[in-house]
Amino acid sequence: MATWKKLIVPIAITPILLLLAYGFKTNPRQVPSPLVGNSAPPFALSSFDGGTPGLEQLRGTAIVLNFWASWCFPACFEEAPALEAAWRAYKDRGVMVIGVDIQDREADAKAFIERFKLSFPNGPDPQGRMSIDYGVYGVPETFFINREGKIHYKHVGALTQGILTTKIEEML
Amino acid sequence: MRSVLQSLLIVAVLWAWWPCAASAIELEEQVQLLAAELRCPVCQNLSVGDSPSEMANQMRELVREKLKNGESPEQIRAYFVSRYGEWILLAPKRQGFNWVAWLLPFGAILGGVGVIGFVVRRSVSRSRAPGDAQLPPLDPRYASRLQAELKEWGQ
Amino acid sequence: MISTLGRFTLALALGIAIYGAIVSILGARRRKPALIESGRGAVFAVFGLATFAVLLMEAALVGRDFSIQYVARNGSLGTPLLYTVIAMWGALEGSILLWIWILALMSLLAVVMEGKRNREAIPYATAVLLCISAFFLFLAAFPANPFAAIFPPPADGRGPNPLLQNHPLMAIHPPCLYAGYVGWSVPYAFAMAALMTGRLGEEWIRTVRRWSIVAWGFLTVGVILGGWWSYEVLGWGGYWAWDPVENASLLPWLTGTAFLHSIMIQERRKMLKVWNLALIITTFALTIFGTFLTRSGILSSVHAFSESTIGPLFLAFIGVILLVSFGFLAYRSDGLKAEGDLDSLVSRETAFLMNNLLLLGFAFAVFLGTLFPLISEAVRGVKVSVGEPFFNKVNVPIGLVLIFLMAIGPLIAWRRASLESLRRNFSLPLLLAFLGTGVSSILGVRGLYPLLAFSLAMFAAATVIQEFAWGVRARRRISGEGYLTALSNLTRRSRRRYGGLIVHLGVVLVVIGITASTVFRLEKEVSLKRGESMHLGRYEVRFDDLTAWQEAHRFVVQGTFTVLNSNRQVAEMRPSKRFYASEQQPIGTVDVRSTPREDLYLILSSFTQDGASATLKVLIRPLVMWIWIGGAVMALGAFVAIWPDRRVLAAEPVKERVAWQPGRS
Repeated sequence: MATWKKLIVPIAITPILLLLAYGFKTNPRQVPSPLVGNSAPPFALSSFDGGTPGLEQLRGTAIVLNFWASWCFPACFEEAPALEAAWRAYKDRGVMVIGVDIQDREADAKAFIERFKLSFPNGPDPQGRMSIDYGVYGVPETFFINREGKIHYKHVGALTQGILTTKIEEML
Repeated sequence: MRSVLQSLLIVAVLWAWWPCAASAIELEEQVQLLAAELRCPVCQNLSVGDSPSEMANQMRELVREKLKNGESPEQIRAYFVSRYGEWILLAPKRQGFNWVAWLLPFGAILGGVGVIGFVVRRSVSRSRAPGDAQLPPLDPRYASRLQAELKEWGQ
Repeated sequence: MISTLGRFTLALALGIAIYGAIVSILGARRRKPALIESGRGAVFAVFGLATFAVLLMEAALVGRDFSIQYVARNGSLGTPLLYTVIAMWGALEGSILLWIWILALMSLLAVVMEGKRNREAIPYATAVLLCISAFFLFLAAFPANPFAAIFPPPADGRGPNPLLQNHPLMAIHPPCLYAGYVGWSVPYAFAMAALMTGRLGEEWIRTVRRWSIVAWGFLTVGVILGGWWSYEVLGWGGYWAWDPVENASLLPWLTGTAFLHSIMIQERRKMLKVWNLALIITTFALTIFGTFLTRSGILSSVHAFSESTIGPLFLAFIGVILLVSFGFLAYRSDGLKAEGDLDSLVSRETAFLMNNLLLLGFAFAVFLGTLFPLISEAVRGVKVSVGEPFFNKVNVPIGLVLIFLMAIGPLIAWRRASLESLRRNFSLPLLLAFLGTGVSSILGVRGLYPLLAFSLAMFAAATVIQEFAWGVRARRRISGEGYLTALSNLTRRSRRRYGGLIVHLGVVLVVIGITASTVFRLEKEVSLKRGESMHLGRYEVRFDDLTAWQEAHRFVVQGTFTVLNSNRQVAEMRPSKRFYASEQQPIGTVDVRSTPREDLYLILSSFTQDGASATLKVLIRPLVMWIWIGGAVMALGAFVAIWPDRRVLAAEPVKERVAWQPGRS
């Protein structure tokens, strides 16, 4: 058999093996968001405690927009205290923390808020419009929206104190 | 016989291509068609149409509302892509690099047909090369018996 | 105790497998029968140890020994006995143990059954099989040890994934599928043995034929059962989602089918020698590839086991297999020249070549589509999804041409098909196909692809029936037997041919089932209050009641729906949602009413807390049952094909081109 024929197979196989090896570095469940760097989609929540936080009125403030659910265990449970702490630390510095409760029941949501003593505004997203508008595909997800209304950063998964502080500082 | 078959073939093809006489497709069907093209973000590889999850329900509702508002399927697809990225479409958009996925299999098969044609022709011509011994003439006794049996078989 | 014993057993089995592989090769190269015997003994020993390990694991599961991490993760006090037993293969480590056991069993059977006829090849085949076993044993002994202990042992286990304890199908789908995957190791081992010894004649094909059909048969059933599982258990209304792991099970099936056809060319015309070897190597590599995909975490899939570190090990293994096997093939390629030539373009040989091309084209499309998200990310940095719309658009045309080939293949003669023979063979099936097309369109089928699918399926069915009919008629003319006797004698005389035709008939049934259930599918989702009804197709579905109760391991909410057809009650159906402690979302359990004509499929989408209303999704899918029946017919055909012929084959003289040389290969 001619030499070139003998080499066909190794030459064909090597790229495939390399591609599969490359696959180890990627995470198929992490989907980069096309919204980062663009204007945040407008929203108007009706929060559990009666307020109506909306994107328009909050222009000029940096917003930490957190999507969560009461059944999201353990991630949302882990990050709730960190969010509350960040809210307390930064609320007087022009930062707003807003929680959006998705695919949930009101009673369960209120119990969650009660459990972690969350004092920042939280509201439901009954028909999922807001979560679809923000390209949410799981919980928890958090968007850091800067003062000009552009999305500075999107975090998928539970937040830690460190990340919160870093990202908020970046926006100030 | 052949002409009958040919005309049957033509009739069959025409019948299949005859445009659907039905009027504008219902809203529900449009929703289903669009939902089948969108990927359910919280499931594994299911379409929004097939998925039983709540998020998929909400997305279907949104699609329904948008269609009622008069948006075209292309606009609705573009909306979802602007929020989730190209990943939300269950089949890669036919543009740029994605054409590789759509065309390469067919290209490979057509190429293969060419290769097979070439290889078979070369093999056949090799077998017909000079030096091909003539078959000895058939013994007439067997020839007539063979003919008779073949005729019987054909009945 | 079980933990230590289990780990020791696996380590010992690993050692023996490596020993056996080395000793078999040494024995063959140095002509030392004692070493070869020792290698054979190693195969027996590995099987014994693997069986012991499986029994240990089952003992731990049934005994709820939570000191073993695998049991703590996959068993629980509340899980019923059946699901506890089958939890053995429910997660990563246990599934590898199952693979090991099936591989050990098949190696044993191969060594025992082929030992006498293939004295020269057996030591090499044994070595190859033991090497494969050694790899999986290595995985089980080190990174993915099922007997790893956990301290302190928890009071109760987590229980198996709820999706895996919803349906008894979980008991047969994995073992069957694994038997299909592992089965291809044996033909591969003998192919490698042929390459290593230089005995490249028809011997290895003859040995490998039956094993290939067995592996193919198990793989077919495994794939069909997977579709059934998707339909009944995952409950989204479909049976195939082109999920990466489904595709991974289809790939070796496609190349294996191509292999089964092309070895017929090698048997008759002594051509395609290199091609067949390449095909069997590829098929085997694809069986490992499928396993790799689900355990490496590089693609998201319904089936993904936990992401773990064994991904790179699998990749390395696949790389080694491909490079070594194709290396041998290249090395031996000079001795593998075709010994014949084709006589005519219009011949069954050409039809089989086209069959191979299209099956591999289909496989390539599936392979490319499955990996394309990764390719896109590597090249463009953009994630794309490749799902059902893509695969259907690309694969359906290819599939239709394949059915066409399947229909005409048996009608075209070997070597050279004369116009006369073609006209004679084709007329009746073609006519029936046209009639069938007419009937289909009267019944409401529209659109080019569905009509083509139905007419080609009928064409293929007509071909099969014609072959049987002519065969029976010829036999009756000669011997005057009754129809049934003639049929059975006919099949017995030529099992492979008629078994193959039965398989084709099974494929026809599957195609008809898939086409009908897709083209005539009806679906509707409606919210109903108690007592309200909805209509779909011929049925009226009335929401009667919503009940809830607590079971040992789950909380069940069930809806009761009465189904009426023309105001007569036909059935009471109970789709439900099951809430498991370990899962955040409930698992839906559908209820399906299957008749040969159609399936009525009910999904309980959601309900209000007070049980006053429920959202129900109803699907009607015609002829779905024929997909499962078709799968069974395919398995039956394979079974007929491998049943040994009563005729004792006279020993054929060995006719290799490569001269046998002592001590060198």
